[in-house]
Amino acid sequence: MDPSHKSRLQNLPRILFAPLPLPLLEPILSKVVCTISRNRPELTNRLGVHKYKSFVIDPTNIPFALLLQPNPDEPSLRAYRRNQLPPHDARIAGTLLTLLDMVDGKLDGDALFFTRDLIVEGDTEAVVCLRNALDDIEGSIANDIADIFKTPGRAALAAVRRIKGEQHGSYEHDPA
Amino acid sequence: MEAMSMIRPELVCPAGTPASLRTAVDAGADAVYCGFQNATNARNFSGLNFTTAEMRGGVDYAHDKGAKLLLAINTFPPGGKTDLWKSAIDDGVCFGVDALIVADIGVAEYVSQNHPDQRLHLSVQAGASSAEAIQYYCESFNIKRVVLPRILTVKEIKAIHDEIPCEIEAFIFGNIGMMAEGRCSLTNYITGVSTNMDGVCSPASHVKYEEDKARNLMTKLGDFTVDCFSCGENAGYPTVCKGRYLVDHREEPYYAFEEPVSLNLTSLLPDLMQAGVTALKIEGRQRSRAYVRSVVSAFRKAVDGYMAGENPELSGLLALTEGHRETAGAFGGKKWR
Repeated sequence: MDPSHKSRLQNLPRILFAPLPLPLLEPILSKVVCTISRNRPELTNRLGVHKYKSFVIDPTNIPFALLLQPNPDEPSLRAYRRNQLPPHDARIAGTLLTLLDMVDGKLDGDALFFTRDLIVEGDTEAVVCLRNALDDIEGSIANDIADIFKTPGRAALAAVRRIKGEQHGSYEHDPA
Repeated sequence: MEAMSMIRPELVCPAGTPASLRTAVDAGADAVYCGFQNATNARNFSGLNFTTAEMRGGVDYAHDKGAKLLLAINTFPPGGKTDLWKSAIDDGVCFGVDALIVADIGVAEYVSQNHPDQRLHLSVQAGASSAEAIQYYCESFNIKRVVLPRILTVKEIKAIHDEIPCEIEAFIFGNIGMMAEGRCSLTNYITGVSTNMDGVCSPASHVKYEEDKARNLMTKLGDFTVDCFSCGENAGYPTVCKGRYLVDHREEPYYAFEEPVSLNLTSLLPDLMQAGVTALKIEGRQRSRAYVRSVVSAFRKAVDGYMAGENPELSGLLALTEGHRETAGAFGGKKWR
């Protein structure tokens, strides 16, 4: 793909989300994290003591970051401008599509780290544990999230995946 | 290439989680290897491995699909603390695992005394690299297969094969460990955590990544800086053996032990198969389902192709290698650097 076209596609979410008032996201994100916590209890089981940690999930090509607290008693996912992030235990950063593909088991976290497409900061053990716990979740968490919002959610995810399809796929021998 | 007359080798694949196990089996693994969520296995990483219930389910899934499950109990119990290892063995036998992979002679003795019908494999962690050492394990504990350390050429593997009474399993892809396996104490020296007894090399609890605004990355283990990668430079694992250091005879920091590079024996598969290797092992229980799916399906295709007398084309695995570099290591000759 032409590098300038790829760069434009990568920056598209930043432009699309720029005018979005973050308080509008609160009920949506809350619904997402509560649904995943309820439907995927194995995720928090595998997190062990790290379920009480706070993780910044930082999609570098959107204008805000997410703070995830997976504690099943009080799961929380909130959006913050990067200069307003509260104290946290760890940060995981990459483009939105990279993070989505890793969560959905299509890209390998170690390989992304080797190529510097994934940035890890803070409590490395908590990050490794979260990565492993997410990787044990079969099916697509992205689909789960889209299903919460029914037709508009599925349409939005399909659009994101079309963009992804133009940018990159999974590994060559991936039969999926 | 002519179709081979030898026995089709078993493709032994990693499974760090139940989802990875199902992925490996579905991608064509003949056998998967995995461990419990404790110090009894050498990939005792946070968020990885199997509960007893998951192990029982894993055995059922593998057997339903015609695959084997090999249980790694391949660490060395500290003196007086063997109960955890005995319990893991008893559970594995109860669940019907196809083999136990062990390294410690006390653990092997416990199996041979208490579960004499249980098939035993000798882990790479035992570091048995001579015919004499392997023969000792076979005679003493009825070992049926040895996983060879990654320090031997194909020619040396063939010579060992001709002298030992058990099967050979050889690594073909993944992390390359040319340190003396089962005897490396670099992590222990720095962190106080033992790779060989606690099952953790470079524990994530002691790893720190520090990236500056220019995207230069510093990796640290404990108080030691392991490596510094400039912006855009491919990174490796934060292990001491693959760090870059200032040494007297070099002006620039230097990979004094090993380099961040992965083993890939694609080109040597026919040679290994002709040398009498029974099982081909893929490293990577700490890796994701994406890695397992890609690597297992690629090698499934390769092995089947070679057995059918074809020359299968294998490419595309470079993206999954450490530092985006691969090597045939010692297998192709002793000069791997």
